[in-house]
Amino acid sequence: MNKFFTILRHTYANRVKSKSFIITSIITIALILVVSNIQTIIETFSGDDQEIILVKSEQEQWTDRISQILSSNEDLLIEPYEGTIEEAKSEVEEGNYQSVVALEEGEDELPQATYYANQIANTSTSEVVRQAVQQLKVSEATERAEVEANVLQQITAPVNFKLVALEEKAKSEEELNQTRGIVYIMLFFMYISVLMYGNMIATEVATEKSSRVMEILISSVSPVSQMFAKISGIALLGITQFSIFVLVGYVSLSQSERMSDGSVLETFGLTNIDPTTIAFAAVFFILGYLLYATLAATLGSLVSRLEDAQQLMVPMTLLVVAAFMIAVFGLSAPDAPFVTVSSYFPFFTPLIMFLRVGMLEIAVWEIALSIAIMVVSIGLLGYIGAKIYRGGVLMYGKSSSLKDIKAALQLSKRES
Amino acid sequence: MTLQLQEVSKTFGSFTAVDHLSLEIPEKQIFGFLGANGAGKTTTFRMILGLIDQSNGTITWNNGQIGYEQSHLIGYLPEERGLYPKLKVQEQLVYLAKLRGMEKADSIKEIDYWLERFKVPEYKHKKVEELSKGNQQKIQFISAVLHKPKLLILDEPFSGLDPVNVEMLKDAVIELKERGTSIVFSSHRMEHVEELCENLCIMHKGKPVVHGGLKEIKRSFGKKNIRIVADFDTSYLEGIQGVTKYKKLMEGCQLQIETEEVSQEVFENLHGKGFVRTFDIEEPTLNDIFIEKVGASYE
Repeated sequence: MNKFFTILRHTYANRVKSKSFIITSIITIALILVVSNIQTIIETFSGDDQEIILVKSEQEQWTDRISQILSSNEDLLIEPYEGTIEEAKSEVEEGNYQSVVALEEGEDELPQATYYANQIANTSTSEVVRQAVQQLKVSEATERAEVEANVLQQITAPVNFKLVALEEKAKSEEELNQTRGIVYIMLFFMYISVLMYGNMIATEVATEKSSRVMEILISSVSPVSQMFAKISGIALLGITQFSIFVLVGYVSLSQSERMSDGSVLETFGLTNIDPTTIAFAAVFFILGYLLYATLAATLGSLVSRLEDAQQLMVPMTLLVVAAFMIAVFGLSAPDAPFVTVSSYFPFFTPLIMFLRVGMLEIAVWEIALSIAIMVVSIGLLGYIGAKIYRGGVLMYGKSSSLKDIKAALQLSKRES
Repeated sequence: MTLQLQEVSKTFGSFTAVDHLSLEIPEKQIFGFLGANGAGKTTTFRMILGLIDQSNGTITWNNGQIGYEQSHLIGYLPEERGLYPKLKVQEQLVYLAKLRGMEKADSIKEIDYWLERFKVPEYKHKKVEELSKGNQQKIQFISAVLHKPKLLILDEPFSGLDPVNVEMLKDAVIELKERGTSIVFSSHRMEHVEELCENLCIMHKGKPVVHGGLKEIKRSFGKKNIRIVADFDTSYLEGIQGVTKYKKLMEGCQLQIETEEVSQEVFENLHGKGFVRTFDIEEPTLNDIFIEKVGASYE
């Protein structure tokens, strides 16, 4: 047990001090800061440049109506234009104005428009103008049909549509939105940590193997405790790193929230979470990490050169990507039979069973069964992994294939 | 606490690496393992340490097979040298000693002693990758002996070192023996084994060909060498019955004779032929024995 903690501390301390860890952390923190303050940053750069739009119209009241509709948008300034459309276009080409809208009467005497600008790749302004013209057209048409304004309002107002689940325990719409938020975050964390920390574990093992220090190590400490000490050490490192990120993100977000109105936390449904959901998230996350980490350590012990480690990690990465895809699909159809089946496959369970637990009402035995499957798989993988580890670390060769797994197992087999 | 191997075998698939090896390695002595490459020395060591399991037979030391609960009593220098390249010498040694159950304060004291002894105290805070291969090997040797093991296993400890460093390491091995450490080491250099070991075992293709005390092995080998330096041509001596080998040297010649008695006949034959400067009957070297035994098994 003592040696377990020696290795754990060694793994953790070495990694925390390493340049790669510090650099990744700094870059990620910078990214978090940028993303959480994106609104402020965009505003700073766009400044208060007003876009001036010329409106050339056959009917004066249309120009008035358009300017009236767009008057609420501070970034746009509408100016009527008296000259010909060709003149207007050359004004835009010279850069005096950003764009021209030519309003004319269509066949049915309703307004139609052409939007001219030097570049039409940026659709944000043209879209606003299009909506304004649309609005103009609707009001023209209804006016002509003598529909009253309040009737028009009734027609265009969104319908009141509620979803009510009849089953007493089923999740309400609000709860579902919350869960979606957490599932998204869980997906992200799971994906990142499996890729990043899984790779780290495999590299750690492969480094010890390629530097041949492994033979001294396994003659001092059993491979099983080595493997799990490493996995725990890297887990601790992950906790450290994520704590920093979450803390930075939280502080930065609440800072930027004070300045803007919309709360990001609210849009993700994170203001008011059911504690059992958090508990499940934690349980599935830990189990998922352990499963993938054990796999990574096993794979790492099979290669003799660092370069080969990346190659062996590919199947593991594919598993995570597959789980990711199914989870994204499952967000809109959590009760699909395909999702149900895959939630019992141990490598998918942490994401997909969690998604089902969050979105549906699931019998306790189903959850218990999936957790049991995971625990058994971790145990099994740990057992096989330790065997492969023990044999694999004494085996040096060029390739890294399934044949090696067999050979490694044979090397550690007790035959008598 | 003798180390006993009884009928130990190891097979990898159809390949037999070690074949029915029985040995008794006495404590507080230096035991030498000789053999060409691929003779099964490293495999035997790994089995003794419990890194791989033997296919057959038993290995006992300290009332049982060596396991991890005894790792603080065992020192091991693997044939494949390897340390953490990025770690500093002291950090590295402290960590490795800790894994063998030694406290940090104790290990630092020992590190100072050994670095001083190997005349490399300035490397204490250098990264291992900055050291030359020979110096890395010294550091690795220190990692094997730092925690004062009772049983020390050295796999080819002298390979790749210059003569000065070989002497330094040999002295260290002898010192450790005098402190009461049982040492097992392998080599394909006969002179090292001859110099250090009381007992030895010559392995060939997984089988022990010779096994026992150095003196008994030499005595029971029977054959002796005669070195002659004379002013005349001595090649006619090859024809004498009982002379098994004749080798011309830079100065004089060397004969191998079947028994000691043959030497007298050789001596008689030299008589009156001219001036004889040297006539020396020598013990056979391990090299002679090795070539004889291993060569014989080829036929």
